[in-house]
Amino acid sequence: MERETLVKVDHVGKKFCRDLKRSLWYGVQDLTSEFLGMNSGENTELRSKEFWAVKDISFEVKRGECLGLIGRNGAGKSTLLKMLNGLIRPDKGRIEMNGRIGALIELGSGFNPILTGRENIYNNGSVLGLNKREIDAALDEIIEFSEIGKFIDTPVQYYSSGMKVRLGFSVAVHMKPDVLILDEVLAVGDSGFRMKSFNKINEIMRNAAVIFVSHSMPHIATITNKILLLEKGIADYYGEDVSEGIDRYFSEFSGYNPRIEYNDFAQLDELNIQPSTIYTEQSKNSIPLIDYNDELVVNLRLKADPKYKELHIKFLITDKDLKNVGIYDSFHLDEAIMNTNGWMDVEVRVPNCIFINGEYAVTIFVQDRDKVNKRWNMLACYRYWRKFKVRASKGLGVVPSVVYLPGKLHQSIEV
Amino acid sequence: MERRVYTPHSNIRKPWLMFGEMLRDIRSGQDLAVRLTIRDIKALYRQSFLGLLWAFIIPLGNTVTWIFLNGSGIVSLGDTGIPYPIYVFTGTMIWAVFSESLLAPIKKINANKATIAKVNFPREAIVMSAIYESLFNAIIKILILVVAVAAMGYSGSWSLLLLPVGILSLVLAGTAIGLVLTPIGTLYSDISKGLPLLLQFLMYTTPVVYAIPDGGLTGKIVNNNPLTPLVCTARDWLTGQPTPFLEGYLWVNLGTIIILAFMMVVFRLAIPILVERMNA
Repeated sequence: MERETLVKVDHVGKKFCRDLKRSLWYGVQDLTSEFLGMNSGENTELRSKEFWAVKDISFEVKRGECLGLIGRNGAGKSTLLKMLNGLIRPDKGRIEMNGRIGALIELGSGFNPILTGRENIYNNGSVLGLNKREIDAALDEIIEFSEIGKFIDTPVQYYSSGMKVRLGFSVAVHMKPDVLILDEVLAVGDSGFRMKSFNKINEIMRNAAVIFVSHSMPHIATITNKILLLEKGIADYYGEDVSEGIDRYFSEFSGYNPRIEYNDFAQLDELNIQPSTIYTEQSKNSIPLIDYNDELVVNLRLKADPKYKELHIKFLITDKDLKNVGIYDSFHLDEAIMNTNGWMDVEVRVPNCIFINGEYAVTIFVQDRDKVNKRWNMLACYRYWRKFKVRASKGLGVVPSVVYLPGKLHQSIEV
Repeated sequence: MERRVYTPHSNIRKPWLMFGEMLRDIRSGQDLAVRLTIRDIKALYRQSFLGLLWAFIIPLGNTVTWIFLNGSGIVSLGDTGIPYPIYVFTGTMIWAVFSESLLAPIKKINANKATIAKVNFPREAIVMSAIYESLFNAIIKILILVVAVAAMGYSGSWSLLLLPVGILSLVLAGTAIGLVLTPIGTLYSDISKGLPLLLQFLMYTTPVVYAIPDGGLTGKIVNNNPLTPLVCTARDWLTGQPTPFLEGYLWVNLGTIIILAFMMVVFRLAIPILVERMNA
């Protein structure tokens, strides 16, 4: 059966004004032209100090689909959501929304701090479009899901921020929407509740069209099956290849800027990461490519203050999310560099590079171990000094956030 | 399944469709309006020790001030027909009903800014809730008034039955004027800042604390002020006096209903434009 299209967005655009005073004045003008019926359609002229916050966006979401809306801060995501939710009107194009719309743009908006959790469930529910009977029916489930327990009859002002969020989320997901708009709502709450929320969203998704906004790419990768990447109001990518969309999102960041954090007692001269042999050609004049499970070879040239006799090298490997994914530490492996008081050439070999596809940065530390006082002396730190990319040649590691584990299969067959 | 379409076109270009949607929203927003009203009233009194007493503490204070001014002879307030303390107490209470109703729409919008900017619900519920809350506050005041006036021996016999109508007129008139100021008032804070001044001016051109002067410019202004019939008729019904302004009262009500209906349309059209600049 062909699934029905619940959200249809057609060449939509929205202008905003940078200047507050002017924006208010334009507001007065817009009010006037609205009442006189002068807004005949395409207001495509930009007035002074205006810009397109969202420009020429088109997409569709069907029942059972989840669209991931990603982009940097200020890319136009929230503006687009506000238009979808009918809070503000587009200046161009057309938006069609079918069925009951549930939007979680900010959880617990409309909570009154003086009233109790229970009273707020009723208030919030009716703001979201439920009548009293429907709320009565869902009340126990809402309270149970929110894990508020006996605090339900306590004024909301005494709730922790996590409790408020849980209550807000719980009310919103129990309204059985056809279209569910989620704006960055899973960023809050503890991980236990987050898991629960995920499952709930998955459950709702079966019967609804979901639009999910998040800066957390692992979340996007797990629950969406379509991506719209916004950059300065324009669609940079729209399609069903989720990992392609995520990749492009990451490449929008010039990333971690390499910088020398500290080099008072040791200096690096050169540092090279060798690309895998199969990628030698492709890696010329660009970031070295390493094959999955291949050897990671780093060559460096360094010099240190003569007062330190033994030097330790440490690499900290960071992914695009700035998450530390690996550490190499020579001290850990009982190895050290003897200080010759001149320039020294060193090669470090890490046998298996088992990172998933993506770009990584290497931070280099040069350290000295003070054995008497049992402490570390930092000699140099070169933050995000070099980058490398992992690309699996055998089609492994294509799913972001998952490491492919080595393993052997053995089947015992009884005759 | 319900379908919503959003385009840049002014909704006013399809008036019938817009009125249909508006009536539907007023109906479906009813539940919400009641709930918002109960919420705000509860919240208003829960953190207060004196609670409902505030409904007449301030008018009572004003009354005492004016009785003092009148008694000391600093100002001459004319012949009020009924004993001055009753005249000024009923006047300030009735005026408070009107002025609170006038402030209610802007107050409601500001109190619910965050919700309006983030959740799409029938916007009419805000206006309805403003009216309900004003009515609730008015009823409290009127109960106090009726008891107080009766205690002073001036209970208006059968005309008391008409008093609720008079109060409803005051609330609707206040809300209508409040709604006229709301769209611009939401954009520019100048409106909220200037409102107390406007209210003061209106009060002194309405027979609230003094009797209508016989002639002169002031007499003319007061006699032609559309608020005069509203305030005087309500007071006359309350105290059981003849109602010389009855005809004017009916005309003012007709005007109020027209303005109110018109402003509901304006309000509906204005909200998306205001939300854009609200940023709560």
